[in-house]
This record gives sequence, C-alpha cells and structure tokens, in this order.
Amino acid sequence: MIRIQEADFNVQDELDAFRQDCPKIGAICSFTGLVREFGDRTDLTGMYLEHYPGMTEKALQKIIDEAYKRWPIEKVRVVHRVGELNLSDQIVFVGVSSAHREASFSACEFIMDYLKVDAPFWKKERTTSGENWVEEKNTDTLRAERWKEDR
Amino acid sequence: MKILFFASLRERLQCEQEQWTDLSGITSAQDILNRLIDRGSPWDAALQNGKLLVSINQEIASLTSKVNPDDEVAFFPPVTGG
Repeated sequence: MIRIQEADFNVQDELDAFRQDCPKIGAICSFTGLVREFGDRTDLTGMYLEHYPGMTEKALQKIIDEAYKRWPIEKVRVVHRVGELNLSDQIVFVGVSSAHREASFSACEFIMDYLKVDAPFWKKERTTSGENWVEEKNTDTLRAERWKEDR
Repeated sequence: MKILFFASLRERLQCEQEQWTDLSGITSAQDILNRLIDRGSPWDAALQNGKLLVSINQEIASLTSKVNPDDEVAFFPPVTGG
C-alpha cells in the first residue's frame, strides 16, 4: 500500500491496519520521519516537498517488490507527504509486518534507505533568511549501497 | 514527446513541461539534452550544472537511453525525500 498525500497521517491507524490485514503476523516494524531543525542551523521554519506524480508510486513499488524478494514479509505500508510542512511535522511512514521480527526490521530499514535515493521527492527548506533546495547527501547513497554487499 | 523538469531545475528553467513534435535528430536522452543546452541561458548553465538525472516513461534511465516519439522524458536533480 502506497499513499502520497498532503494530509497528515496517524501512525496508530497505520499500525492498526496491519492487524486487520493479516492474522499471521507476529511483528510490525515502522519508521516515521519528521521535519527537524538542523544541528548546524536553527533558522529552519519548515519545508516544501515536491514529487513526480506517477513515477513516485512506480519507484516505491519497485523498492517494495525488492523487499518482498529478500525477506519473508507479509505487508508493507508507505505513506509520504508532499506540499508545505512545518517543523516537527510527520513526513514519511514506512511500516512492514512479518511473522518474525528480523524480517520486518530489515525490510523497513531497506525500504527507507532506498526511498531516500530512488524515489523522486525533493525537499526545499524554508528558513528565516529564504528558501533553498536540499542537496543529496552522500551518506544516504552509502546507506543504500551497503544493501548491495549483502546480496 | 513530453519533456518534464522538476524541483530546483524546474525553477532555474522556469519551465515545468514542454511538448515536442519536431523530433528530427532526437534518438537518445542526450540528444534532447543537447537541444536544450543549445538554447543558451539559462538552459545551458542549469543543465550542465553538476548531477542531472533522467527518466524515461517514469523509470530511471541514462543519457544514452533511446527515446521514442510517445515517450515522457524527465530531467531532475538527485532526490532528497524521506
């Protein structure tokens, strides 16, 4: 299940949906990403998130399909917000259910790592002194690449 | 052929999308890029500035990838979501 939306989401509702989906699960692992103030700057007031409608869903589905191939997982839910967001707002939810915890832990991290480098979303920071597009982080690329060594 | 631009690139070009009917000499994504760069400012600077990603029909592609008349080709900077 993939949703791209401007509206906020409720983590508990997303978690509850897993339990209704499948009685075979013994574990749900989830990650929630938030708009944060940066360590080296305190003038961030929020951000704007742009995406490529159509391609976003395809790219996310490809990442999720790969997770299904790698781990015995039951269900995946990804919710990503777009548009204007404020400090401490929720940006992204990734949840994975499985019979045992190892698979959901790993798959959740894998999906999040690839989402950062393969899904067409772009952040533009709003600060008290203006707006600027966030540049890609090398650490994000490295985090995604380490999964390749596991194969 | 539909050509799309996103994020910082869209802003620098002040262009979100174009529809091309004259496709003479266009066989790869690189050919599209060359034609855009040949327009001069601000296209040349924006498109030759650092990392540029290209997708064809909503799948990541490379500049050497072949394009067809009905394709949707997009250019954008590295992604920063999540």
